Amino acid sequence: MDFATLASQFFIGLSRGMIFFIVSAGLTLIFGVLRITNFAHGALYMVGAFIAYSVSTLFGQGPYGFWLALLVAPIAVMFISLVIERGLLRFIYNRDHLIQMLLTYSLVLIAGDLVKIIWGTEYKSMHIPEALRGSFNLWGASLPWYNAFLLVVGPVVALGLWFFLSKTNLGKICRATATDREMVDVLGINSTKVFAMVFALGGWLAGLGGALIAPTTTISMGMDASIIIYAFLIVVVGGLGNIWGALISSIIMGVGEAFGILFIPGVAIIIPYIIAGVLLILRPSGLLKSAW
Amino acid sequence: MSTNNLKLIENPKGKFNTYLGLGIAAVGIIVLLLAPGFLTQYYVYLLATVFTTALLATSLNLVLGYGGLLHLHHGVFFGVGAYTVAIVTTKTSWPFAVAVLLAPLVAALIALVIGWFCVRLRGLYFGMLTLALGQLVWAIVYRWNALTNGDNGIHAIPVPEFLTSINSVYYATLLILVISLIILYIITESPFGLMLLATRDNPVRSESVGVNVKRHRLTAFVIAGFFAGIAGVLFVLVERSVAPSLLFWSESAEVLIMCLMGGLTVFMGPMLGAGILVLLSMVVGLYTEYWLLVLGLLLLLLVLFLPQGILGYLMEIYNKSQDKRGGN
Repeated sequence: MDFATLASQFFIGLSRGMIFFIVSAGLTLIFGVLRITNFAHGALYMVGAFIAYSVSTLFGQGPYGFWLALLVAPIAVMFISLVIERGLLRFIYNRDHLIQMLLTYSLVLIAGDLVKIIWGTEYKSMHIPEALRGSFNLWGASLPWYNAFLLVVGPVVALGLWFFLSKTNLGKICRATATDREMVDVLGINSTKVFAMVFALGGWLAGLGGALIAPTTTISMGMDASIIIYAFLIVVVGGLGNIWGALISSIIMGVGEAFGILFIPGVAIIIPYIIAGVLLILRPSGLLKSAW
Repeated sequence: MSTNNLKLIENPKGKFNTYLGLGIAAVGIIVLLLAPGFLTQYYVYLLATVFTTALLATSLNLVLGYGGLLHLHHGVFFGVGAYTVAIVTTKTSWPFAVAVLLAPLVAALIALVIGWFCVRLRGLYFGMLTLALGQLVWAIVYRWNALTNGDNGIHAIPVPEFLTSINSVYYATLLILVISLIILYIITESPFGLMLLATRDNPVRSESVGVNVKRHRLTAFVIAGFFAGIAGVLFVLVERSVAPSLLFWSESAEVLIMCLMGGLTVFMGPMLGAGILVLLSMVVGLYTEYWLLVLGLLLLLLVLFLPQGILGYLMEIYNKSQDKRGGN
C-alpha cells in the first residue's frame, strides 16, 4: 500500500462525497425550511438518472448528449418536485413526522413502479463524454477525469448554495424561515412561495446528483433505496438543516467508504453505517448546529 | 419544538367495552380455529403469514403507538429472530426447541444494544439512529457469508416432523400469536404500560415526577424486539427460508404502514393493518405486477384522509356515540 494508491483512493472517495453532498444538500435544505423528512428525495435522484439516460440516448450517447442531460434532467426533476409540493406536501405541513414521512414514502413506492413502467426493468448505462474519459496522473496515482470533474462540480454547487443562502434576499428569507417560520409569516413574507421554491431547489439538486452519477454506474431500479439512507445519515450526522454539516459529513462518508473498499473490501458496505452510528452516539444532535 | 410525541395520538386508550372486545376476540379465534377445514392449502398458508406479520406489527406498535417513538427499523429484530432459528438449525446440532427459545432472546439482546444508544436521542434523531444501526445489522447479515450465507439466504431449514404440514404450522402460529398478544395486551394495561403512555404524552413532566423515561423507553424497545423475534420464528415455520432482504429498511417501512393503516391508538389496529396488507398484496398480485404502485396510492390516500387508521376512525365514532349516550 503505497502513498499513490492512498491518494487516488482518497480523491475517489472525495468525489463520491461530492455526489453525496449534492444529494443531501437538497435533503437538508428541505429539512431545514419545510421540516419535512423527504424519503422521496432518493426517488427524485433515481428519476434524474433515468431522465439523464433518456436525454443522452436521444442524442445517440454523443458528446452533446451528456451536457444536455446534465442541464435537462435536474430541471425536469425540479418541475416534478414542484408538482409534488403544490399537489401533496402542502397539505401535511402541520402533521407529525410519521405522517410526513409516510406520505413521502408513498411517493417512493409510486415512483419505483412508474420508473419500471416507463423505462422497463433492464439495467441502463450512459457513456462518459469524450472530454472526461480516461484518467490522469496525480503524484503517481491515476485519477479518472470524471472524478476530477465531480471534484469541481461539488465545490461549485456548494459555493452557489452559499451565495444563494447568504447573499440573496430569497436565500436570507429561506434561512429566516428555517429559524423561525412564524416570525417570517408575521413580517408579511409569503412563506408558501418560499416552501415551494425550496422544495423545487431540493429536487433540482437531487436531479443533478442523479444526472452526475448516471455515467459512472448502472442505472437501475433500487438505486433510490441505497442513496436515500446514506443521504439521511449524512443530513442527520451533519445536523438537520445545516448545509455545511452535510458537506462535512458527506466528505467523511465518501472518503470513509473509499478507504473501507481499499482496506476491508468484503465488509466495506457497513462502513457508512458504522461512521454514522458512531458520530451520532458521540454527537447526538449532529456535527454542526442544526437549523431548528 | 417538541418532536417527542406523535400528535395524532390524542386518545390513546379508547373507552371500548372490555367484554365486547373479549367477545369479538373469542369469536375471531373460534372462526380461525375452524378455518383450515374450509380453506385450500394456499389460503391456510396465507393466514399463517398474516399471523406472523400481525405479531410483528403489534410488537412495533408498543414502541411506536404506546411509546410514541419514531422507530423506523423494527424489521431488524424480526430478521434476527428468523436468522437465529435458521443458523442454529443448520449450523449446529442443537435441538429445534433451543433454536426457537434462543431466537427471541437474541432479538431482544440486539434490541437492547441498539435501543441503549437510541433512547438517548429524541424525535427524528431517534428514528434516524434506529435506521442507521438497523441498516448496520442488515449489512452485517448481508456480508457475513460464513454465518448467514450472505445474499443467498438460508433455505430448506429443517423443522420437526409435527410441523411439516401447513395445517399444523397454521395452528402453531395461531397459538403462539394468541399467547403473545395476550402477554402484550397485559403489558400495555400494566403499570409499566401506563407509565410508557405518560412518557409519550409528557416526557418532561414524567421525568420531573421521578419516572425514568429512558429506562421505560428502553424496556419497551427490548420487549418489542423480543416479540419481533418470536414473529421471526413464526416466519421460519411458515416459509422455512430466510433472506437478508428481511432486514432491509423497506420491509420495516411496510410494517409501519400496517400500523398506521389499522390505527396506532388501538391495540388491535396493527393486526388489522397487517391482515389487510398481506391479503391485499395477494389479491392485487393476481391482477398486476405493480403491487407497490397500488400500495403507494393506498398509503397516499390513507395519510391524507385517514391518518388515524381504520380502527382509530371507528373508535372515534364509537367514543362519540358513547359520549352522547352518557350525556342523556
